[in-house]
Amino acid sequence: MSAVMIARKVRKWEKLPGKNTFCCDGRVMMARQKGVFYLTLFLIMGTCALFFAFECPYLAVHLSPAIPVFAALIFLFVIAMLLRTSFSDPGVLPRALPEEATFIEMEIEAANGNVPAGQRPPPRIRNVQINNQIVKLKYCYTCKIFRPPRASHCSICDNCVDRFDHHCPWVGNCVGKRNYRYFYMFTLSLSLLTIYIFTFDIVHVVMRSVDNGFLNTLKETPGTVLEVLVCFFTLWSVVGLTGFHTYLISLNQTTNEDIKGSWSGKNRVQNPYSHKNLIKNCCEVLCGPAYPSVLDRRGLMQEDSPVSFTSAAPSSSSSSSNPVSQTTKTTAPLIPNEHTPDDAKPSIAASAEKSDSPKEELPPAPKVPPLASPETDAEVTLAKEKAQ
Amino acid sequence: MQARVPTAADGNMATEFHNLQELRHSASLANKVFIQRDYSEGTTCRFQTKFPSELESRIERKLFEDTVKTLNNYYAEAEKIGGQSYLEGCLACVTAYLIFLCMETRYEKVLKKIAKYIQEQNEKFYAPRGLLVTDPIERGMRVIEISIYEDRGSSGSSSGSSSVSGSTAR
Repeated sequence: MSAVMIARKVRKWEKLPGKNTFCCDGRVMMARQKGVFYLTLFLIMGTCALFFAFECPYLAVHLSPAIPVFAALIFLFVIAMLLRTSFSDPGVLPRALPEEATFIEMEIEAANGNVPAGQRPPPRIRNVQINNQIVKLKYCYTCKIFRPPRASHCSICDNCVDRFDHHCPWVGNCVGKRNYRYFYMFTLSLSLLTIYIFTFDIVHVVMRSVDNGFLNTLKETPGTVLEVLVCFFTLWSVVGLTGFHTYLISLNQTTNEDIKGSWSGKNRVQNPYSHKNLIKNCCEVLCGPAYPSVLDRRGLMQEDSPVSFTSAAPSSSSSSSNPVSQTTKTTAPLIPNEHTPDDAKPSIAASAEKSDSPKEELPPAPKVPPLASPETDAEVTLAKEKAQ
Repeated sequence: MQARVPTAADGNMATEFHNLQELRHSASLANKVFIQRDYSEGTTCRFQTKFPSELESRIERKLFEDTVKTLNNYYAEAEKIGGQSYLEGCLACVTAYLIFLCMETRYEKVLKKIAKYIQEQNEKFYAPRGLLVTDPIERGMRVIEISIYEDRGSSGSSSGSSSVSGSTAR
């Protein structure tokens, strides 16, 4: 058996499943489609550059030098929040390793009992009671886990994300538990910046027009027209978005839950996560603990592991032998990407953009026989037996 | 538990790992048990304290429950929303979260304590019984994975695992 030894150290991010791109040796994590994110950056920086070039010299002299200073501070804060939102791990849940996936499968089978041949087995749902409310946990066929409450699978990034809010193309990343507060601060500060620039644009035009006349002013500072246009359209969308998220935070809801109408009050279901207190809800979402990333991106992959599965031992349950007995590596295996059932995946950008960026070169997945897929749900036992 | 190669810096740890390494070399992995999350109190991190049937012959119920309860307490401490977390949050916001580049968050501090605690528990109680507890953070905080080892010498009969049905009752 010839083993090819890989000379260089491989970090775990290189072998992670899912459609994320990583930069800076795993420190930066984004979605694949980044075009709109670059547009966002360009719009913000471009508008601010025009503001500093055209408005600030005049206003600093005629009104107050504090104006450009504040503008610069808000601008820096906006960029910091944007980069923080875009580059951080939104709260991705790593996929189940084969043993865990098998364990869950065995539990499901045991719970289902004997399904008569030809009949569909019941859907994979677990019920948990949270604050006197029954919450259904769905099974994710791609990640092979029962999703924790409030988690959802993002089809664009192909990951389950904890406290999934939505996938935002403007920041080029999912918004989830770990980066929601940065996203909110971004929209809030961007609203502030937009209002600030818009206001001072108007002030500047008015002041100049008093001296020179309106048309001359526009000729002297053509940048102002552009800025006003950008700010006008941005204002409606961003301020509206900030207002919407403020409403969600006060109720401790996610965009995902709002769109699906999970806690809309039908059938007397109420939000079990809300503290029924505005201040408490805001504090929990914005000032809660900073959750760590559970996705180990920068750890080193082990090439030789001291533990090996004994494929000979007839360990598992009576129905099926352990499908993982073939592999001897305990490194994070690549579970082949399966398409999740296409239920309504709420994302603010409803139209999935075609990715024109070059495909990431993911190393080929080892042939782990799929444990389950939604299409073959009816023949799940048959499929497993065939796969052995 | 990932194989951490003991470096020269881990002077003391080398001797303790020796026991766990021995465990790995002389025993073979027979089965794994996964302790699931307990969501009855919301989305905060808690694990079920129900004693799995596979461990019945391997470890005392009380020891296992103590371990899980202590872990639950650690996580509750990390996720507590109170004066300190507000202060941390507000301070971080004012500095545009740049302060996290220099400062360790409270959660990270507690995670380090948890890692140490699990290692202690493994050395003191679990490894001598042929068990190994994996830190939940290495499994996405979804499960506590307990690996059950059998002596290579004994016949590879790992019974107990066939009846998983017992643990599905919710």
